[in-house]
Order: sequence, then C-alpha cells, then structure tokens
Amino acid sequence: MNARAEFATSLDTLLPELDHRHLDWLEEEAIFILREVAASFERPALLFSGGKDSCVVLRLAEKAFKTRIAGNHFKGQLPFPLLHVDTGHNFPEVIAFRDQRVAEMGERLVVGHLEDSMKRGTVRLAHPLESRNGHQTVTLLEAIEEHRFDCLIGGARRDEEKARAKERIFSHRDSFGQWQPKEQRPELWTLFNTRHRPGEHFRSFPISNWTELDVWLYLARENIPLPHLYYAHQRQVMRRKGLLVPLTDVTPPEAGETVETATVRFRTVGDMTCTCPVESDAANATEIVAETLTVTVSERGATRMDDRTSEASMERRKKEGYF
Amino acid sequence: MSAVLKQAAPVADHRVTSEGTDHRALRFLTAGSVDDGKSTLIGRLLFDSQAILADQLNALEQRAAGAPVDLSLLTDGLEAEREQGITIDVAFRYFATRSRKFIIADAPGHEQYTRNMVTAAAGSDAAVVLVDITKLDIGKGGQHPPVQLLPQTRRHALLAHLLRVPSIVFAVNKLDAVADPQAAFEATRAALLAFVAEAGITGLAGILPVSALRGDNVTLPLNAPWYDGPSLLQLLERLPTTQERTEGALLQPVQYVARDAGDDAKGAGHLPRVFWGRIAHGSVRAGDAVQVFPSGERAVVAEVRRAGSTVAAALAGESAGIVLDRQLDISRGDWIASPGGLRPVQRFTATLAWLDTEPATVGRKYWVRHGNRWVQARLSAIEHQIDIHSLAPVDAHALTVNQIGQVVIELQQALPLEPYADNRVGGALIVVDPATHRTSGALLVRSAG
Repeated sequence: MNARAEFATSLDTLLPELDHRHLDWLEEEAIFILREVAASFERPALLFSGGKDSCVVLRLAEKAFKTRIAGNHFKGQLPFPLLHVDTGHNFPEVIAFRDQRVAEMGERLVVGHLEDSMKRGTVRLAHPLESRNGHQTVTLLEAIEEHRFDCLIGGARRDEEKARAKERIFSHRDSFGQWQPKEQRPELWTLFNTRHRPGEHFRSFPISNWTELDVWLYLARENIPLPHLYYAHQRQVMRRKGLLVPLTDVTPPEAGETVETATVRFRTVGDMTCTCPVESDAANATEIVAETLTVTVSERGATRMDDRTSEASMERRKKEGYF
Repeated sequence: MSAVLKQAAPVADHRVTSEGTDHRALRFLTAGSVDDGKSTLIGRLLFDSQAILADQLNALEQRAAGAPVDLSLLTDGLEAEREQGITIDVAFRYFATRSRKFIIADAPGHEQYTRNMVTAAAGSDAAVVLVDITKLDIGKGGQHPPVQLLPQTRRHALLAHLLRVPSIVFAVNKLDAVADPQAAFEATRAALLAFVAEAGITGLAGILPVSALRGDNVTLPLNAPWYDGPSLLQLLERLPTTQERTEGALLQPVQYVARDAGDDAKGAGHLPRVFWGRIAHGSVRAGDAVQVFPSGERAVVAEVRRAGSTVAAALAGESAGIVLDRQLDISRGDWIASPGGLRPVQRFTATLAWLDTEPATVGRKYWVRHGNRWVQARLSAIEHQIDIHSLAPVDAHALTVNQIGQVVIELQQALPLEPYADNRVGGALIVVDPATHRTSGALLVRSAG
C-alpha cells in the first residue's frame, strides 16, 4: 500500500488538477470481468506480450486471483496460463522483460512462434522483410487450436481505434476464429452471454473502457514495471512519412534516408517492422501522464505503420481473427 | 429562468475508502434519429473536451476536401457503415473533464433502433434525447396551438423511461437554424413538459437548448439573456451515477469460487474457500449471519476480502470475497444473502425487449441468465405488446425484433427475483436462443410470483 500511496502522492504533486480516483472504478470493473472469464471458461489464457496494456491486465489479474503480500508482490497462482505470439521480430529487450516477469511471478507461459508457422507452411511471407504483424493471426489461431483455448484475455481498448469502439467485452469468434461485426451479441448489463459450441472461442477485453491516459495513470499509481523502451532513451532512427522508424536488423534505412540519434520513447510496443517511437523526454510513468495530457496525435496514428494503409485496416484484421 | 427541472441530487458516497464525491464514470446513451444532429453533438463533446487528436482531425479534413470539417464523421466506425453512410451498432466513446470520466453509448437511430437502444440503455446512468427544433411547427405569436413533438422524440423518451434509465435529458438542437431561438425553445420546452407529465416520465433531469453545429451550450453555457441554465456538459458533470442501495439486506450473486491463495496453515484440505461476487444491495462484514440460495443453509461470515486484501466491510457495487465460518457446498450461480431475505419464485411477469430476428414464440423453451445462473425458461404467455410511441398495450401473439411486450415466464427452477425497479441485479435477465446461442431478449422483472 505504501508504494501506491507514494505514487499517488507524486501524481498529486506533479499534476494536482488531475483526479485519478475513477481508476478505482475501472479496476473494479476489470477484476469483475477477469473473474467472469475464470468462472465461465474451461481453458482461458491471458495474452501477455510485455506491452503496457498487457502489463496492466496482468496486474489486474494478480489482484483478482492472488493475495498481496507487499508492494508489487503477490502470492498465489493465476487460474490460467499466459500466451504470447512471437513474430521473431519483437524487440529483444521486450522478450527479455516478458521472460523475467513470468519467472518472477512463477506463472506458465505458452509461446506461439510465427517461425514455426512458416516452417509448417501455414505462413508464407511475400518477401523476407515483409511485416510479420498481420501474419500473427495464423500463429495465434494455431495456438488456440493446439491448446484448445476457449477464451483469450486481451488488453485492447475501445478508444484505440474506430473498429474497436463497437467491440464487446466478451467477443464471440466462430470456428475459423473470425469476428463477425454484424453478428455480435448484444451485451446487456453485466449478464454476459458466453455460451458457445466446441471449436468456437471468445476474446475478453477487461480494459475496454480505459483510455491511454487511464492506462498511464494506473501504471504510475500502481508502480507497475514496464520494458525500458517505454521511457525516454537515445535511439537511432530514420524519418519516414512523418514517423520515426527505429533502425533495426529488419528495418534498415531506405535509399536516401539518413540515420540520426533522437531521444524517443515507444507508446506501443509491437512487431519491430511496424512500431515507431515518438520524440519525448518523459522518463517515468508520471511524466508520460503529463505528456499524454497535452499530446495531439492518437496512439495508433503516431506509432503504427500498418494502420496507415487504410482507415479500415484494423477492421479487416479483426475480421480475420486478429487480437 | 432555469431550464433545469431536477437538480441532480448530491450523491451519497458509499465508498468507505474515498472522500466525498462520486468517482464512477457516468455512462450515458444518446438517442436521436437520422439528421437530428446526434453524431455532430457527440463529435462536439469529444472535440471540445479535446478527446480528438490531430491525426483523427487530419483524416476528417482530407475527407472534407476544403469544406468545413464534419464532426459527425468522428463517430462512424465500420467499413460497411462508411459505405452505406449509416451506423449499425452501439459504439462506445470516451472523454473526460477534470471532474469526471464519461462513457457515451451511441445508439444509432434507424431500423434496428429499439434493439440498439435497449443495449445502450442497460447499465446507463442517463439518456440524452435529441430534439431537432427545425422539424417542429413552432408557429408565431402567443395564440398558436401547442407544439406537436415528433414521434421519434416520444419513442426515445418512452423507451428510456420503460428501461428505467435514471436520468433523462432533452437536448433541443439546431437552435442556430431558427429565427427566434428563445420563442422556439420556450414552445418546445412547454410541449416536452406536457408530454413528460402525461406519460408519467419520472427521470426528467433537464431540458436544454443547444447548437451542436456551432457548439452553443454544449460545453460552455449559452451566452443569451433568456437562458441561465447549465450547459449540457455542466449538467452531465453533476448527474448521479446509478448506485445500488447499501443499507438493508445483503444480496450477493456468487460469481467465482476460489481456494485461498496458499494459506495452508491448517493443512491440506482445509484451505478456506472464497466466494467472490459483486454485491447487488446491502453490505457485508465479518460476523454477519447469512443464508445461501438455493441450499437454504446458514453460516456466519468469517472474513471479507477485496482485490487481494482483507477488509472490514464491502458494500453494494463492490466485488467482495466472502469466507464463511463453516464448509458449505456453494458454487457459481448461488446467492449469499441476509437470512430470510430471499423469496424465490418460479413464475413472473416481465417487460421483454426482443432483439432477435427470429420471433419470440409462446411455449418455446429458452435459456435465461439471472445473476450468474443459467436456467431453462418457458415463455408461457405474451400478455400484450407495448406500443413504444405511447406505452399503450396492444394485442399480440408473438414479438418480433425491436418489439417490446409484457410477458409471463415460467422457470425450470425457482430464482430469487426482485422487481427491476428496486434492483437491477435482482431484476434483470437475458434470454438466449438454445439453438443459435444468440442473445435474443432482455427481461426486466415487473412482479415476481
């Protein structure tokens, strides 16, 4: 409790005008949803990538199912494993962070490797450096089939993108893993309809009603550890179409581009080939809250190359079974 | 003159841990027909509260191609909708002011209307009904007949009332497009007041003039000598969120049963079980006597938990983990209540809103979910259909999609039902088609037994 009180105080000092007590209500709702998953499904799994939204969901799951000993330490076991789809193009420090957190918590992690799908021939890349982001869906659905998962808990939020604004808290997927926007079940009160046939599954989104600001407020208040690339650091980047593209093995400079060093942080952490940092000096969660309050570009717009292809790109990927 | 008829009562804060005010997000639905300016109003609320970011505005500017930016485009979501220029489903939008977080449940206003509005209304704290003033015949001078409201305004308000949305706000829109806004607003307001009185609508929270297009009286108060009430946002900031009563008998639906996390001091097999559930009404503290439904067994509360820690008490609206002083066989779907507090019934009358394209069939068995329990139920009679333009009863033998009726339901096993008007948790059920698993209807208990 002390760590939390300290952070609440530092938030109050740095941002006295900001009321963050609505987080109690959001937390209450999310924990309710997580318990609903554990009670309604036989083989759920929690999607954990090491990204900030999944770190929030993981903390909420600890609160829902474990007993707090002190600060960030809980005893007990989650009633479901964690699941990650590794494209092979994830930032190495994020994978290291993921494994460290899993080890600290003593939880079970299932990893679906996109490269295994490539070996099986179920994923074929158009060219070696093609973004693997869209292909994750195949590996995800293969993992669901192999482990017979019937509900995947994800950290998606309705404020992220237009197609997500109509997403349910419990979202039904047919036996091909497809999302049918016109066939969604009406969701009334908290009387969730989780009835399904064998082979069908659900996605559940406990932080549907959170905004990016709520996530950062909660990360700050709860002192939740994150991979360091969420905070300001020096990185080699190329400027491309208004975005800062990080220099990596899989994102080399294009002809005529110059590599420069900038002070940046990542607002989302996904596949290296499509995730861009923003220029920022914010070195901790509270500073990011302050920056988020004044930011003028939406999270996906600033950082996701894949969403820029068309206004409807997220909707298309969701229909195919994306997160 | 103030157009606010019912000042939002100060909210009694029930949370022991926080001081003074209501920190829950206010969830409100917006009801309006095509062209009432609903999307523009929502766009305006998001825009004025700075929930719209530069790249989203950029996309709009590109589409506007030099014309003024259309804020209504901020709220359309899916590809199919953009192609058809309509919205097909309830969408959720978020914005916040310094004092409150808001969730807008945006229910589109065309053919699937009732279904969408029922979905948006379930769980909403308030409804904002759009009234397009340019569509009303206002007349001139003082001797003209009363203004006739449009059918959709009556329908939207009556639906919100029928679904017991606690606060109903009328936003009289397009004030910028009438010659004499004061006279037009006064006449519309008089017509709305007469309608509210005639229909017995209890939740009226305000009638406000707005221009969503110009932004008048949306976030900042209207700068006009004839109006001294609040802006729409100011009113929304002080409406109460729906809170269940914390006094009186305890009612807790058991959501999830957990073994205690690793506390095995008493040895294997004696790990206490924790019964988690969100309290529907009342409160629970250690030492309280409780009774379990359906077993009828009694026990005493040994410990109360909240999110991983032991607490002195938990109140309605909070998820509590109850540890009992003895081993009882309790599972998800059971209820923990004050002794003698439950009166289970097997037959009840309810308002049924039908949401499925396959009609509700008398005599057919469905699945219903009440609290955390699924039981089989038979639709034994449709007493009448309800005309959503007047709430008048109409003879009916079936209910089709978007229709609402009063029905009699028989349950395969008794459930502890409460009238929806008294308690949302005890009085709400969903109906699921056993063949398709679709959510086919919503039941609001009128009277049990």
